[in-house]
Amino acid sequence: MSAADIWSPATCRCVDLDNDVLLQTVNLTKYFSIIKGMLRRSINHVHAVDDVSFRIRRGRNLGLVGESGCGKTTVGRTIMRLLDPTSGQILYNDDGKQIDIAALSRGELRKMRSKMQIVFQDPQSSLNPRRTIRDTIAEPLEILKGMKGEQLEIRVLELLDDVGLNPEHAQRYPHEFSGGQRQRIGIARAIAVKPELVILDEPTSSLDVSVQAQVLNLLLELQKEHHMSYMFISHDLSVIRHMCDEVAVMYLGEIVESGGIRDVFLDSRHPYTRALFSAIPVPDPTRKRSRIMLQGAVPSALNPPSGCRFHTRCPFAKPLCSEQVPKEYEAGSGHSVKCHFQDLKFE
Amino acid sequence: MPLLDVQELKTYFFTEDGVVQAVDGVSFELEPGQKMGLVGESGCGKSVTALSVMRLIPDPPGRIVSGRILFDGIDLVQIPKDEMRTVRGRQISMIFQDPMTSLNPVFTVGSQIDEAIQLHQGLEADEARQKTLQMLETVNIANTDRVANSYPHELSGGMRQRCMIAMALSCRPKLLIADEPTTSLDVTIEAQILDLIDDLNRKLNTALLLITHDMGIIAEMSQKVAVMYGGTIVEMADTRTLFKAPQHPYTVGLLESIPSLSVEKTDLRIIPGSVPDLIKPPAGCRFHPRCSQCKEACRQERPHLVDVGGGHLVACHL
Repeated sequence: MSAADIWSPATCRCVDLDNDVLLQTVNLTKYFSIIKGMLRRSINHVHAVDDVSFRIRRGRNLGLVGESGCGKTTVGRTIMRLLDPTSGQILYNDDGKQIDIAALSRGELRKMRSKMQIVFQDPQSSLNPRRTIRDTIAEPLEILKGMKGEQLEIRVLELLDDVGLNPEHAQRYPHEFSGGQRQRIGIARAIAVKPELVILDEPTSSLDVSVQAQVLNLLLELQKEHHMSYMFISHDLSVIRHMCDEVAVMYLGEIVESGGIRDVFLDSRHPYTRALFSAIPVPDPTRKRSRIMLQGAVPSALNPPSGCRFHTRCPFAKPLCSEQVPKEYEAGSGHSVKCHFQDLKFE
Repeated sequence: MPLLDVQELKTYFFTEDGVVQAVDGVSFELEPGQKMGLVGESGCGKSVTALSVMRLIPDPPGRIVSGRILFDGIDLVQIPKDEMRTVRGRQISMIFQDPMTSLNPVFTVGSQIDEAIQLHQGLEADEARQKTLQMLETVNIANTDRVANSYPHELSGGMRQRCMIAMALSCRPKLLIADEPTTSLDVTIEAQILDLIDDLNRKLNTALLLITHDMGIIAEMSQKVAVMYGGTIVEMADTRTLFKAPQHPYTVGLLESIPSLSVEKTDLRIIPGSVPDLIKPPAGCRFHPRCSQCKEACRQERPHLVDVGGGHLVACHL
């Protein structure tokens, strides 16, 4: 299965496909070795990300959703090359020039850092507690943009203002801020170098819902202003719905369903996606819902199940599912599903 | 008579930085078998309220300063510690957010449930084990023998929480307090656990006090709901009424700041600012610095819960 199957040029409405796609992964795979013994032999692999292909388009947001351990965070970190992929390509469109991030050297990678940035889940552990906010935000500007002096100070204050913080916050330390404010600092640091792509790894999951709303609105405002693309990693489907144009649902290292947000949310085909939707508690007491109850827990990624990886928990599994790996089927324009029985409606 | 009747509960923490007024005048009633939700953001005092009912407030620094907690007519604030021990676990039990930290890592899960049963029901070891296996079956664990002989770290988060529920319900308590029981779990596992709690509430007629920050869970699980903010209840009503016609600006804001799954992309409504510092809570209505409709009276005078019709209580001057 190649990425072209998912978004074939025919289904893409844009004229210049190449320029529209900002980043594309092709069969991206990341295994973690389990090392044992004195000889440090690799005895097994955790299949964290297996053969994942998707595209992020310019100025658009891709949501990556799944439960813990499905590999969504590993995808984000591999794209940033904070982890090195086991195989596969990460193609970045640098003004028409295609760069394979997976093959870059450390030095070349550094140049890419001003194009791609990441915001982490826990702002407490991703900010250096011994540095003032000014130093934290100034660092990428100094290193990647070579800014200094007055120009640098002005830019830092500008960034603080952009994310809704005050100039007097610049000289404070991370512990003096609330969770929401810390996440704003993380965002300011990420957008400081004017990246084209920002990877947001569960940026609001440690925040209260009223603060989460503030941060989500801020992210959308910043996007309007700076024309960035977001890759939004989250386990929260309603947040993804709010933030993204396209979505990919992951289960045990694989993308099981992907497509436009409306297609996947209103016409979900994969039993896992449907179960995920039906499991979310909805803040409406009058709604009686029919739950697709999944039995058991996610299997270990050490030895993923044969055939379709979801078959051990799938309420609709048939013998075929444990024998054969499902292909990716086209369920509609740009909407693809990895299930043998995607045409069945599973009612 | 209500099963649980909390009246003007005040629980303060006396810290070096000052007195934290974590719970400041909370009153509510819970009928036998009823499911009630306490909802609010972090630091609103919902967990401290629950811990006060269990008399599990760490003292020092915390103390129940005033108020009454009537459980079956007995004031839990007044009774001595050893008497409380016979209530706790037997008549009221509690499950916590993170089952890993509430289970003892060096004992098997089974032996921990055995202990609770032996202690509260005075059964012999083998009788207790029978009961343990029975309870594990009740919480939909298939392989009860294996699970009972497992250590907590050998089980998944969902399984651990099931074991906690089995332990909590082993003595058929009249009241189960669940403090964010599914926050550390994935949604598909969360659905399983919520269904289980709901099911057991019906089967065993255990009243439920459910503490959560998730309005979705409240909507699904509770019959009655109290919204807490800054150590006080700002609004209380039956669940349908509260979601249909929220009155307090905080409740309205909270409901509108949840991204919706179904409607089209719109701007989320924002409650500006953040939760108040309960060492120096704002004068008057504690929500007034964040309220868009704040009036002079809100700054001066603390509003009290007023019935706006049909038992729908709101603490707001507007």
